[in-house]
Amino acid sequence: MTSIMTTSKPITPTRTPSAPGAAQVSLRGVDKEFIRPGRSGETVHALGPIDLDLRRGEFFAVVGPSGCGKSTLLELVAGLSTATRGDVTFEGKPIHNRIPDGVGVVFQEDASFPWLSVRENIAFGLRRIKIDPKERERRIENALAMMGLTSFAHSFPAQLSGGMRQRVCIARTLVTEPRLILLDEPFGALDQQTRLLMGDEVLNLWRKTGATVFLITHALDEAAMLADRIGVMSARPGRLIDIVETGWPRDRDSRIVQEEAFGAITARLWRSLRAESMKAIGKPEVEP
Amino acid sequence: MNATSSGGSNAGWFSALKLIALLLVLWQALAWMVGDVAMRTPLQTMTFTANLLTSPSFWPHLAETGRAFGLALLLAVVIGLAIGFLLGINRFASDVLEPVLVALYSIPKITLYPILLLMFGLGVAAKVAFGTIHGVIPIALFTLAAVRNVRPVFVKTGRVMGLGTGRMISGILLPAAMPEIFTGLRVGFSLTLIGTLLGEMFASQRGLGFMLMNAIGLHNVDVIMALTFLLVLFAGSASGLLLFLNRRLYQRA
Ligand SMILES: Nc1ncnc2c1ncn2[C@@H]1O[C@H](COP(=O)(O)OP(=O)(O)OP(=O)(O)O)[C@@H](O)[C@H]1O
Ligand SMILES: [Mg+2]
Repeated sequence: MTSIMTTSKPITPTRTPSAPGAAQVSLRGVDKEFIRPGRSGETVHALGPIDLDLRRGEFFAVVGPSGCGKSTLLELVAGLSTATRGDVTFEGKPIHNRIPDGVGVVFQEDASFPWLSVRENIAFGLRRIKIDPKERERRIENALAMMGLTSFAHSFPAQLSGGMRQRVCIARTLVTEPRLILLDEPFGALDQQTRLLMGDEVLNLWRKTGATVFLITHALDEAAMLADRIGVMSARPGRLIDIVETGWPRDRDSRIVQEEAFGAITARLWRSLRAESMKAIGKPEVEP
Repeated sequence: MNATSSGGSNAGWFSALKLIALLLVLWQALAWMVGDVAMRTPLQTMTFTANLLTSPSFWPHLAETGRAFGLALLLAVVIGLAIGFLLGINRFASDVLEPVLVALYSIPKITLYPILLLMFGLGVAAKVAFGTIHGVIPIALFTLAAVRNVRPVFVKTGRVMGLGTGRMISGILLPAAMPEIFTGLRVGFSLTLIGTLLGEMFASQRGLGFMLMNAIGLHNVDVIMALTFLLVLFAGSASGLLLFLNRRLYQRA
């Protein structure tokens, strides 16, 4: 809704937004209801209504209380499920439960295949893509290097840490050279230090690939540090209650956590989210 | 293979040898207790088995059973996997048909034998059918459960990559479900062997099952012991081999 869009004020108006571009993904009046298993016909309103445009090449983060429908939103954009109401389009074409080309997804859970080596896992991403063997090798080597997995190419996922397995999944997506990368809390299970460093990796690949990145996270600081824009979601059914422009330069890294604006952005996110998070854990709204 | 896993399999061999030694001791003790009306000692049995293996009249029977069993196993595996995958992928069909399979599985298959005989007549076809109906349902049930247990995120990954049904099965469902399917194959293997032999015992003029039935009729304890020994040896080593392969699969997972 346009009224939601106008709530977004750049925190640091002196800097220009780093990635202005045409809308690549657009959601209009999107709702998702699930049929509650067991009871006939009863539905759960999980998400919406959502109106959102993702600009080509931007880094967009979504934060929201747990269970508010973040993963549901990602699956709608990925074409893995269909909206109950409303339209989702990718590069102008509607997504009707059909997987669009050019979209890569890294899921919340570990999705590395335990029966394949790291290299084979990454090569799996190219299964359906017809390219010549040289180009294939180049892409695989590139993805291995970019995710710091070159020396683990012949290891199996069981021999890797959780963070490395997520990097395998990112690399498996990267080889397809997606124009839109959807990341669902990819570092949710990692410790804070590793998460900050992985954040740098994601920033790096975002800059190198020029792809649009849509990152779901529950960590406000992660969103504040990485994204050009941050969408804040309400408790279920998740709606966008705020969109924050960070105004970071394109060549940023995790050191921006020292900047004053970083604190201001995180504080604003928390102000928007506090009441919603309380709803999500079942406490009544308390005005500060 | 690295040092730890070869060390592990050495220990495995050692305990297998201990088990075999224990079984031989028990066998010897039992043979002394029962006497030679019903049993032979391990040494007597092995000597007679060697004689049997050198007699030319034995080999056609073995070949006959081998052929019937091979064919029955092939059918049980192919049909079992197909049913398992179809039902495992299709939630609705499996909710409806799984109880039917379990019910079918619990019927004593011997009661179906007269019908199968009428359908296929005396001969290889009936034996193969009997072997197959013993093995096919456990393979289908294990495969069904294995496919259904494949983590949804693997399937989503395949969908995002745009894999069709064929590639989804060969690239994701089959390898993800393989360790559990293997257990089904092991169970199916033994049951198919039992089924084939039962088929031969009740209506056949050839095969190890027929030889066994004949020996029982003639009270030929030597032949009974030798055949039983051979069958135990075959089933035991095949099951051990499958178990070994299964462990290798699990090791990577
Ligand atoms: N397949 C489904 N069937 C029924 N309800 C579902 C289904 N998937 C999600 N839901 C419900 O929809 C709501 C949103 O779920 P979703 O997984 O999108 O939340 P989330 O924001 O990603 O949560 P988290 O932060 O825990 O990852 C939840 O209440 C969940 O129970
Ligand atoms: Mg989620």
